[in-house]
Amino acid sequence: MDYLDQLEAEAIYILREVAGQFEKPALLFSGGKDSITLVHLAEKAFRPGKFPFPLVHIDTGHNFPETIAFRDELIAKLGEELIVGYVQDSIDAGKVIEQKGKNASRNALQTVTLLDTIAAHGFDACIGGARRDEEKARAKERIFSVRDEFGQWDPKRQRPELWSVYNGRIHKGENVRVFPISNWTELDVWNYIRRENIKLPSIYFSHERDVITRNGQLMAAAVHLNIDHEDVVEYRKVRFRTVGDMTCTAAVLSDAYHIDDIIDEIRLSKISERGARMDDKVSEAAMEDRKKGGYF
Amino acid sequence: MDLLKFITAGSVDDGKSTLIGRLLYDTDSVLDDQLEAIQRANRKNNDGTIDLAILTDGLKAEREQGITIDVAYKYFQTEKRKFIIADAPGHIQYTRNMVTGASNADLAIILIDARKGVIEQTRRHSFLVSLLAIPNVLVCVNKMDMVDYDKAVFDKIKTDYELLTGNLNIGQIDYIPVSALKGDNIVVQSPNIPWYDGQSLLGFLETVTINHHLTDKQQARFPVQWVIRPQTAELHDYRGYAGRVIGGSFKVGDRVVALPSGFSSSIKKIELSSEELSVAENGASVTIHLAEDIDISRGDMLVKEDEQPEVSQLFEADICWMDTKPLDFSHMYLLQHHGKTTKVKVQDVIYRINVDTLEKASSDHFGLNDIGQIQFKSADSLAFDNYASNKANGGAILIDSRNNLTVAALMITKSE
Repeated sequence: MDYLDQLEAEAIYILREVAGQFEKPALLFSGGKDSITLVHLAEKAFRPGKFPFPLVHIDTGHNFPETIAFRDELIAKLGEELIVGYVQDSIDAGKVIEQKGKNASRNALQTVTLLDTIAAHGFDACIGGARRDEEKARAKERIFSVRDEFGQWDPKRQRPELWSVYNGRIHKGENVRVFPISNWTELDVWNYIRRENIKLPSIYFSHERDVITRNGQLMAAAVHLNIDHEDVVEYRKVRFRTVGDMTCTAAVLSDAYHIDDIIDEIRLSKISERGARMDDKVSEAAMEDRKKGGYF
Repeated sequence: MDLLKFITAGSVDDGKSTLIGRLLYDTDSVLDDQLEAIQRANRKNNDGTIDLAILTDGLKAEREQGITIDVAYKYFQTEKRKFIIADAPGHIQYTRNMVTGASNADLAIILIDARKGVIEQTRRHSFLVSLLAIPNVLVCVNKMDMVDYDKAVFDKIKTDYELLTGNLNIGQIDYIPVSALKGDNIVVQSPNIPWYDGQSLLGFLETVTINHHLTDKQQARFPVQWVIRPQTAELHDYRGYAGRVIGGSFKVGDRVVALPSGFSSSIKKIELSSEELSVAENGASVTIHLAEDIDISRGDMLVKEDEQPEVSQLFEADICWMDTKPLDFSHMYLLQHHGKTTKVKVQDVIYRINVDTLEKASSDHFGLNDIGQIQFKSADSLAFDNYASNKANGGAILIDSRNNLTVAALMITKSE
């Protein structure tokens, strides 16, 4: 078997285990390429039946408009249920406080909205598109990763995970985060997207837009970035390698418009994918700390 | 392009982290921002080169508390192959960690320090490799630079290792003299070791035949994970059994039996999403349709009529205990065997093994990292194969229903 077939078969197997083992699973959908790939894999796993789970999007309110438009089109085409948890609702309810200043971001706030959404719907398993090659905390996380009733990940108390036997047994109030594409790399995802001809939001491909430079990174010149007279707005040809919130996702200068060019660009790139994520630059253990707090 | 999954066995002292770091670094798998983070951490070797071991360094929780969290996975690829390394660090919990990492490995790298030679730890690691039935072993004799690249040292270790593994069931063993620190024989053949004319470590990993001889002989197994029943007007009678082939292959027209019920039928259609297939190969996730409507649900298994596994409530298994709380003979544990979960109880302890001396003793205490052989009785019948002939259908876990933890790995050997 070719490696992409192996990775695909493994991911489908994991998705079907979720369906078989849990009462109320959900698929966390960010609008990024990894979660779009998950949706494609779910179609392979469950069609012509319906998905045994809804899609859940945690909307920071600072998303790229292209991502939201893409999401709505995809949902309409799939005919599956979408549940949206709004960070704005958490702010309005006084559960979180909006950060102030130039580098303000809602990225950290979405953990609260995520945990509230999980609790409100009683989800016992949440499927996510995280990959182990992204970051060293993720390199040690299980495919079935148990979170306690506070949503926390405890790296010291992970269950041994052997062969393809996934232990999804939990107590009430706990939930399991499931990562079907744990063993995929960034390049694997792109090669698979090319092979399967999966559609993606336009911002992954080279386009011209207004950008500003913040902390050495090119950021889309959006109103959420609190642009002032010190910021120089430039019109540049860019694309995004990951798609998160506009306040924490940096662009790269790129002419790569076709998927073949993007794959070549990634092959030659000497910067890792998460190098363009401001949220990981906070400290060496930034991802580990967020995961312990209940992040994706 | 294919995929090789391997595990590295050895402690920090053997230079394991340096070896993995060197492989990643020399295959250009370390990116600039990751290198920059390493440089910021400012850890250097005595000769001023960067300390590659940091590439496999653990989490903050591990650094602060001086503990190790079992397995970390590393990914790299060359023009020829993709690789997944299961890096299982740690001293105290090593058995548990290594068993976990080894469960999915095609190959094990056993590191031996050239200065120390074959030691007790080497024996323990090699025993675990044979217990988990990893088909290929590569012995890397490391730190050759510290013994002046002496051929006699390498030859002695090779002889000692052959002696040590004489009684173990390991398919293929190869040997490479290396220095991870200096990069000798890691990516290219080292001029410092002219007496060795074999491949470099990377060259070996890129070309070694992933041991398929087992796979060829395996019988066809298809555990059902999920039944697809759209129940819509146009797909009213659609009933597809979703699962993954874990041995052999199935094709349209094959006569099959559903276990444990024993009802038989034939395969009408194999599909994946909207694509129709004539064959489902080993490892493929597919949906199978049968000619007759028979009662099949999650946890059942389809097999070929003329290739049936053992079906029994009594079975023996090599067991590795993985929990800090020891095996409680009065408790009924849950056994999970792919999609099937059933209650089990201990019928008889056959022996416990000392992993350092490999001596068998009769003991009723199974604590963390203890290994032995136990006879179990299960509430429902299991349809299984011997672990050595089909890992996926002979491997199972025990779960403690009181706290839901995975407490043991079972390699099923036979029924009585």
